[in-house]
Amino acid sequence: MLRLERRIEPSRKMVSITPLLAVVLTMLAGGLLFALLGKNPVEAIRIIFWDPLFGQTAFYTRPQLLVKAAPLILIALGLSFGFRANIFNIGAEGQYIMGAIFGGGVGLAFYPSESIFIFPLMILCGALGGILWAMIPAILKTRFNTNEILVSLMLVYVAENLLAAMSLGLLRNPEGRGFPGSRNFQEWDSVFNAEIWTGTGAHYGVLTAFAAVVLCYVVLTRHLFGFHIQVSGQSARAAKFAGVSPNWLVVACLGIAGGFAGLAGVFELTGPAGQISIDFNVGYGFTAIIVAFLGRLHPVGIMLAGLLMALTYIGGELAQFQLGVPAASIQVFQGMLLFFLLAVDILVNFKIRLKTRETA
Amino acid sequence: MDFSALNPVALMVTLMVAATPIMLAALGELVVEKSGVLNLGVEGMMIFGAICGFAVSVDTGSVWLGIIAAMIGGTLLSLTFGFLTQYLLSNQVASGLALTLFGLGLAALVGQSYTGIKPPSFPKLDIPFISDLPVIGPILFSHDFIVYFSFIILGGVWYFLNYTRGGLILRAVGESHDAAHALGYKVVRVRLMAIAFGGACAGLGGAYVSLIRVPQWTEGMTAGAGWIALAIVVFASWKPLRVLLGAWLFGGITILQLNLQALGVEIDVAYLSMAPYLVTIIVLVIMSADSKRASLNAPASLGKAFHASS
Repeated sequence: MLRLERRIEPSRKMVSITPLLAVVLTMLAGGLLFALLGKNPVEAIRIIFWDPLFGQTAFYTRPQLLVKAAPLILIALGLSFGFRANIFNIGAEGQYIMGAIFGGGVGLAFYPSESIFIFPLMILCGALGGILWAMIPAILKTRFNTNEILVSLMLVYVAENLLAAMSLGLLRNPEGRGFPGSRNFQEWDSVFNAEIWTGTGAHYGVLTAFAAVVLCYVVLTRHLFGFHIQVSGQSARAAKFAGVSPNWLVVACLGIAGGFAGLAGVFELTGPAGQISIDFNVGYGFTAIIVAFLGRLHPVGIMLAGLLMALTYIGGELAQFQLGVPAASIQVFQGMLLFFLLAVDILVNFKIRLKTRETA
Repeated sequence: MDFSALNPVALMVTLMVAATPIMLAALGELVVEKSGVLNLGVEGMMIFGAICGFAVSVDTGSVWLGIIAAMIGGTLLSLTFGFLTQYLLSNQVASGLALTLFGLGLAALVGQSYTGIKPPSFPKLDIPFISDLPVIGPILFSHDFIVYFSFIILGGVWYFLNYTRGGLILRAVGESHDAAHALGYKVVRVRLMAIAFGGACAGLGGAYVSLIRVPQWTEGMTAGAGWIALAIVVFASWKPLRVLLGAWLFGGITILQLNLQALGVEIDVAYLSMAPYLVTIIVLVIMSADSKRASLNAPASLGKAFHASS
């Protein structure tokens, strides 16, 4: 029999090894899944993890990596603050949508002006939209002690319905012949969040995501706020003695998460997505939860995890075209990754020993 | 607008149908939470149960086999969560989320070849004469069997938790796992059984949506019902009989907004569809505003990991 023995201190080595172990286990289990679906597992894994970077179509897929990774990294960074302090905002998807609606709505109010101030204003309003949406669970939590997990999640469904109402009503393109969806921001020069350097995929959202990695690293490791979050996560009582106001922490963590998700939403809207439409959101807000945990809630880890997760998105699309693997299998793949990650987490705090005969 | 088109008896019947899946899932989760485990994966287990039940019903032509498959599917998925949280001591919130994400993906994967198919129809209670009585006939005596089964589960859970030794042990484990362990109760085993029960109930609830309520398979068809079930447990302050009240409240809101849509009220469909989620939030606020009363019934060890050190 196997027996668990608690380590005196969490193993630092294991903290960095376990995510890699989880990825390897997911590849194995994923291979098994593809084999069950009647596909060649080795080929499927190669198409998902290797071809997007070095395959024949890499000239197209490589820039996509940054495009897909940027929103994931940005949202996951925002979530990591709360997760560290045991404040679970799982409604980033809704905050992402609200960022796009707020930013897009403000932008459309100025259509068709070609002022250089519109784009920055849209970005600001996008962040504001995300923050305001996140303030609902935050204030209900601090004021009425309402569970933030359930409220933030419920607000995703509300936001999705609002998105549908907006793309069919208020924000619908008046010249769109009645089709749902707003004007296309890609056709509006002064707000189009285009690629900055051709062939890289890097738009302003990508730059913001990488800047946010640095910013979060500094805040979390060098600033008092980072310390407060750390303490609150480990012991709420100790945090009180350290002078942390729990309510303020809830508001701050949810605000950061909402702001970052809102930014991701408006960058996506003005760039790769182009318009507000019913299917604007594709689940980045939920995948970012996996990214945050896979990156160990550490900014650099989140950056790497975001890139890896973006790879599975792109590789998943390739596998869909080339092997006819169903689209949902990538979702299963990502879910498995989180499962394995949580499972191998035990190695951080425990040693696994073979149970020897009990000695009295 | 013509409100006379609304038939109160028909409304009541559809309300009970709409409330059944959330009631089943919420009863399962209530037992899980009473044992001290917070499983946020209800949505994932429900949708997986929905597709398991649907697929097996379509393939075998037997809805009963489908119902059993849905319960097995939900249980298997819940035991993944159980293994992670009880043996590997993973964070319950994160594991529950993982379960939901995984379940949604797996259901979509299994279900892709089942869209647009009609499942075999489900038998309804039909007692000669009694089922044809006005008002009480349709409301009480002509539902499908799962509706009655859900009431049996409701009564069973209530009786089990309050009047049996097993229920007492389960509650003890949920209040203080260390004390229960010291008394010699198998904390992990009790919790795993509770988790499995929760999975079976959620799976059954899911199958009810895909086989009876809709009846069809579409991706993501549970549309947050699992999360609403979680909210209902809080609403019911962990008391089984109040789950019925909560489920009927949400069933009522859902039916009301669907009927308003059908009547062509001058409100955008999208805004009406928000109603159940907004009401959930409002109810949560009301229930948790008085923090002393809200936490009175909450199991003290809810969400805490247990590791026997010796």
